[in-house]
Amino acid sequence: MAELTYRDAVTRGIAQEMARDPDVVFLGEDVAKAGGVFKTTVGLLEQFGPLRVRDTPISEQAILGAAMGAAMTGLKPIAEIMFSDFFAVCFDYIANEIPKSRYMSNGQLKCPLVVRTGNGAGSRFGAQHSQSVENWAMMIPGLKVVAPSNPRDVIGLLAAAVRDPDPVIFFEHKSLYATKGEVPDGEIVDELGTASIVRSGRDATILALALMVPRALAAAERLKSEHGIDCEVVDVRSLVPLDTQTILGSLARTHRLFTVEENPRLCGWGAEIVSIAADEAFYDLDGPPVRITTPHLPLPAADILEDMVLPTVDRIVDRVRRSLSA
Amino acid sequence: MTKGLGHAQPAIALDPRNDDIGETMRLTMYRMQVEIRESEQRAYDLFLQNLVKGTSHLSLGQEAVAVGFAAAMKPGDLSFCTYRGHAHTLARGVPIEKVLGELMQRDNGLMRGKGGSMHLTSVEHGVMGSYAIVGAHLPIACGAAWRAQYKGAKDVSVCFFGDGTTNIGAFHEALNFASVWKLPVIFVCENNLYMEYTPISEVTAVEHPAADRAASYGLERIVIDGQDADAVYRAATAAYEKARAGGGPSLIECMTYRYSGHSRADPAKYRPEGELDAWKKRDPIKIYRERLIQFGIAETVIAKIEADVKRRVDEATEKCKAAPPPSLDILTTDVYADGGWAWRN
Ligand SMILES: Cc1ncc(C[n+]2csc(CCOP(=O)(O)OP(=O)(O)O)c2C)c(N)n1
Ligand SMILES: [Mg+2]
Repeated sequence: MAELTYRDAVTRGIAQEMARDPDVVFLGEDVAKAGGVFKTTVGLLEQFGPLRVRDTPISEQAILGAAMGAAMTGLKPIAEIMFSDFFAVCFDYIANEIPKSRYMSNGQLKCPLVVRTGNGAGSRFGAQHSQSVENWAMMIPGLKVVAPSNPRDVIGLLAAAVRDPDPVIFFEHKSLYATKGEVPDGEIVDELGTASIVRSGRDATILALALMVPRALAAAERLKSEHGIDCEVVDVRSLVPLDTQTILGSLARTHRLFTVEENPRLCGWGAEIVSIAADEAFYDLDGPPVRITTPHLPLPAADILEDMVLPTVDRIVDRVRRSLSA
Repeated sequence: MTKGLGHAQPAIALDPRNDDIGETMRLTMYRMQVEIRESEQRAYDLFLQNLVKGTSHLSLGQEAVAVGFAAAMKPGDLSFCTYRGHAHTLARGVPIEKVLGELMQRDNGLMRGKGGSMHLTSVEHGVMGSYAIVGAHLPIACGAAWRAQYKGAKDVSVCFFGDGTTNIGAFHEALNFASVWKLPVIFVCENNLYMEYTPISEVTAVEHPAADRAASYGLERIVIDGQDADAVYRAATAAYEKARAGGGPSLIECMTYRYSGHSRADPAKYRPEGELDAWKKRDPIKIYRERLIQFGIAETVIAKIEADVKRRVDEATEKCKAAPPPSLDILTTDVYADGGWAWRN
């Protein structure tokens, strides 16, 4: 066991997979010599050499296109898109090319690659460097989508993503990079498509992802100590495949459902889960499901404004308490 | 002078003893050009009978580019094509029936109807997909070439695209990327003078949309006659040799012309009077047929090739007409690598 930052867990996860399989290669902007703008890839160039760890021009289409071509022909590339907001300039690869090639070719083409990206708010970067865009990826058939909330999951899910035969979009949360967690020694390999119950409780199920997981946990502690409400917190971890079993299983025990989503309101991942719950677990529900999200706004830059819009511990506590006492 | 026609190569030497291409290769290139022409004519006829569904983009008039490049390839070389990709797919040896079957959306099609005419793919023949988003496949071809470079493999990736594609960002990203990484990839611009309906000259800052940009990426400026399969074959061979020797990418602009409209919906009324006729005088198959005769190949040998191709196109057509539509159980297969489409448990 060692305490590791989320940032260092990214490095360790990539290194673990590159050391295991010489077909794993890594490319992105400023990732090699500079070690990444978020310092998530420091030392990889020195460890694995310039043929496997490659700096690219500022060419997001070339990065994802090259990753796809390499994956189609036998490599297992990890591509970094510095900020997930930049998906918008290479969205053809994310929406049309990478996910559709297997289907359109009737199974002839494969695309085993991982796109890592810095997602989410908290750095006061404003509306084009702070977004949570998991739903941009989640809506596309053919992709898998994960978003870890802690260092151990970073390594385990990254390893699972690299070993997976399908394309995986791997959302790292920028505001989690500096956070720490206990990580076992040795190889860590997790499983895609599995949610984890990070706190057990009887009164309500709170679903959260990435940065919202620690906030949901903190809210659950306060709800218990201050209001006697015992919440179960589920870290969704994997949006595609979605672990509906774990989610609906929790709901069947608690009978109340809350989602905590960093994305703007419309079409966030919680909307899909709430619709599944309405469809398949309606009679398990003792009250209306509640989505706690960022309002449908572009993200403001100023700290005081950004703090107003992201779901906070206070807002989660307040919403759950009011809903359960109604 | 009609645009593009001024780029003919000088007449080649007629002495067969000086022939670098040789009779066997010449006959192969002729047969393949005729096969593409006949198959695409057939596709058009079948469209008029409402048997080819969806869209289709023909390369009638552009056959020499596909054939000259395919002839210069080695097994294992990879092709990346566009929606106008029937010619390149056939040129790699994919059976006519498989291509027509896909156009007719039958179960015997190359992808059993799941891709359609714009996405012809046959990995076993090195056709690594046909791409319908303009420019998308240039970076993808770079990735395949990167794999070859990393693995020390000797295969080369080639990427075919049109003149209109030179104005999209992915073109420029890929050219720079390939050049900086010195990748074994060949970019082939088929300049047929039009994007969809707009002449390329009206929307491009330079005369030669590909070649005049080559210098920006440290590459040689190459413009060739795309109506002469021998000229294409020679330029292609040089580019393959360079790529295999570690010399990096090439960008080759082939002057050519499409006889039909952009897609089946386009009557091509935007073309100036006489332009089509002028280009048909330099029809690639006519040029090549004359070349064969110049090299002393008997008319009977040529006629037999033509008859043989027609028979094979007829046979393929009948097989496709008799083939059932795709079975419904493939609707949800191959979304993910486990063969299915499950996105949840
Ligand atoms: C990104 C994108 N923009 C527009 C289109 C619509 N479109 C399809 S083909 C085409 C013309 C392409 O021209 P060119 O590259 O010269 O190829 P050609 O069709 O002449 O072979 C256009 C505009 C598209 N498919 N993708
Ligand atoms: Mg064109």
